[in-house]
Amino acid sequence: MILLTRRATFSASHYYWNEAWTAEKNEAVFGRCANRNGHGHNYTLEVTVAGEPDPVTGFVVDLKWLKDVMEREVLAAFDHRHLNLEVEEFGKGKLIPTTENIAITAWKRLAPAIKKAAGAQLSKVRVYETPEIFAEYRGGE
Amino acid sequence: MSGPAAKAYFGRRYMLSASHRLHADALTAEENRAAYGKCNNPHGHGHNYVVEVVVGGPVNSETGMVMNLVDLDLAVQTKVLERFDHTNLNLDSLFEDRVPTTENLCRTVFDLLKETLPADSLEHVRVEETENNFFECYGA
Repeated sequence: MILLTRRATFSASHYYWNEAWTAEKNEAVFGRCANRNGHGHNYTLEVTVAGEPDPVTGFVVDLKWLKDVMEREVLAAFDHRHLNLEVEEFGKGKLIPTTENIAITAWKRLAPAIKKAAGAQLSKVRVYETPEIFAEYRGGE
Repeated sequence: MSGPAAKAYFGRRYMLSASHRLHADALTAEENRAAYGKCNNPHGHGHNYVVEVVVGGPVNSETGMVMNLVDLDLAVQTKVLERFDHTNLNLDSLFEDRVPTTENLCRTVFDLLKETLPADSLEHVRVEETENNFFECYGA
């Protein structure tokens, strides 16, 4: 089994806010991230797939194919967008776009497309919000 | 609001600068020199260590978080950075009986954080001694 990882970057804005809470509680829990005008990050998305190298090509998956999948399923929706306002999964306060939830959402977008690649499966998705802060999802509940 | 009650991981990288000397009292001077090379130089040397701390758990449906970054920062700051940053690791009581290799530093940091973070939340600790070498501890 070989793990293959591809990185991509996207830039987006967001804020943290739980509609069920008072403004005071949101500000106490989320601090500066609760600023309703939002703020932004340069995110790095790392997608890891697992599989055996194809005996003919030597590839677990074609990296260009993986790049296109990441572009189509995630970057096209997230890059240069306001996550709370423009990305379906986070819209209308449904889900707070924390780094954890961005990783889970990216996984859910990627998993069906990657499933179609014979012999490879999605192993993990890691999202860096800054070079020092990241969240990771490995699937499952 | 209902988030997926999925297990996810959250991590942050911290930096600490410290000096150390690799020297085992049980070995002779020659054996120390053979085992540790220039790391055995008598006056020690230093590194800018990167300490990566990763916690795991269900994503809280109210906050969307595995753990509030503020709580993670507080634990690392009080238990690790204040203790080791800008110090000589050999002089710390935790290294009285152990050579402060980065393996041992990594395990020590893991143990200190395990004591203070919520039960079963600590996934692993990774300590990078330089850009080219690092050590990881998953407990056990």
